[in-house]
Amino acid sequence: MSKRIEVRDLNVYYSKFRAVEGVSLTIEPRSITAFIGPSGCGKSTFLRTLNRMHEVIPGARVEGEVLIDGDDLYGPGVDPVLVRRQVGMVFQRPNPFPTMSIKENVLAGVKLNNRRISKSDADDLVEKSLRGANLWNEVKDRLDRPGSGLSGGQQQRLCIARAIAVSPDILLMDEPCSALDPISTLAIEDLMEELKKEYTIVIVTHNMQQASRVSDKTAFFNIAGTGQPGKLIEYDDTNTIFTQPNVQATEDYVSGRFG
Amino acid sequence: MTTQTERPKPVIRLGDRVFARSTLIAGSLILVALAAVAIFLIVEAIPALGADTTELKGSPSNFWTYVGPLAFGTVWAAFLALLIAVPLAVGIALFISHYAPRRLAQGLAYVIDLLAAVPSVVFGLWGIKVLAPAVQPVYAWLTDNLGWIPIFSGPVSGTGRTILTVAIVLAVMILPIITAMAREVFLQTPKLHEEAALALGATRWEMVKMAVLPFGRSGLVSASILGLGRALGETMAVAMVLSPSTVISFVLLQSENPNTIASNIALNFPEAHGTGVNVLIATGLILFVITFAVNFIARAIVARRKEFSGAN
Repeated sequence: MSKRIEVRDLNVYYSKFRAVEGVSLTIEPRSITAFIGPSGCGKSTFLRTLNRMHEVIPGARVEGEVLIDGDDLYGPGVDPVLVRRQVGMVFQRPNPFPTMSIKENVLAGVKLNNRRISKSDADDLVEKSLRGANLWNEVKDRLDRPGSGLSGGQQQRLCIARAIAVSPDILLMDEPCSALDPISTLAIEDLMEELKKEYTIVIVTHNMQQASRVSDKTAFFNIAGTGQPGKLIEYDDTNTIFTQPNVQATEDYVSGRFG
Repeated sequence: MTTQTERPKPVIRLGDRVFARSTLIAGSLILVALAAVAIFLIVEAIPALGADTTELKGSPSNFWTYVGPLAFGTVWAAFLALLIAVPLAVGIALFISHYAPRRLAQGLAYVIDLLAAVPSVVFGLWGIKVLAPAVQPVYAWLTDNLGWIPIFSGPVSGTGRTILTVAIVLAVMILPIITAMAREVFLQTPKLHEEAALALGATRWEMVKMAVLPFGRSGLVSASILGLGRALGETMAVAMVLSPSTVISFVLLQSENPNTIASNIALNFPEAHGTGVNVLIATGLILFVITFAVNFIARAIVARRKEFSGAN
């Protein structure tokens, strides 16, 4: 449960194009770290390298090291499939499997990891995960209904339940609230506070208020211009980033002067 | 501004009106055509139902004993063809949509589409000249070694022109349409769902099983039914390849094979006269009903799990 992430001099390429350049940072366990920055600055791309999801895009590759409690994600013989079982991910738009019921959605990842699970264990896990995602009370009477019948915010919490059901070490969230209304956003933010006790959480957000509300540390990414690689400009306590940043660009961004 | 009349008339532009009318006409035409065919079939078929059929081939006692083996042969051959074609088509479609490198995938898709352009008479010739002689030794081996399985029991056909050969030819004929549709459906799987599966730690195959196949399920059923419809109605290739008789038999490799309705009409219509013509048309009506029923069942299957289809 909950591991430290160390990134050392990471470069991300899409074929020839360098999308992210020279990122080094350390993310502590049991904390929430927010990545902020203007569109196209490489924050989502960088997030995806933390569970090797960038490899889904043909031609994407990285140079450098990502260590999870000291183990290199990109070491020889490391299977990306196993990496993703330890590093869960929640996406920008809620994506429960439409062909599965709520219950089946929660168990989807577990069935991959461990095909045989007794019915009572499965029921317990469904309840625990849905409670963990603050969704249990809303769906406990309709676990066999399709997951796509829920509201957007409920669907996103279902996706979080699905991600935590496999007990990952780290939870990555790629703009998890950008498709949600303010009430649902608040529900997810409260949930993140809870989840922080057990998981290392990394969140990409466009919403600076959100970053300042939920995160312990904030990383500001920026891009010099189109066609230039994104870079990590500043990484510090969230409070410092938003009140007295060291770099002018960070101050310009958090005060709303660009981006 | 001047005051308007109390209820302003909605403005209907000429273009809208023309377009609305033409779609209405197009939509009605299909219904008219369907009704015309159905009426023709029913009117012409009625005399056959009570007709004396002893002069027909096989001297059946009445119309139903005549059409029975044909209806069975039609469904059995089409079912076998589907059994061969669907797994193959799904495999090819998945390979094209999710596994092959892009350039190879495009080439392969093109070749599959070309297969659809081959006329059925050519498939028939290929079935007689190439396939039947080629599979005959295999059939002989099957009856010798697996003859204890009822459907493979002997004696083996000497020509290889059996219902299984027909099914293989039909399978090749319906493969392109099923593959093309399956490929389209698989390609439409939302990236979101694929990524959801991958992010949970699914391997490529598990991702296909979790996201692609369930999403494509109803499309796959539709594709299969389209293929089945073609297999049910296919005339030329069956008439050329099969050496028919009037039996109801599940056996695949013997020389006694049930004929199909369409092929039987094609073979017997030129010499038919009197009520014989009505009998053949009546069998056509039965084929119409079978095809209709198959489509109906398929729609019911798709509709049953509509909530889970991903369309909502």
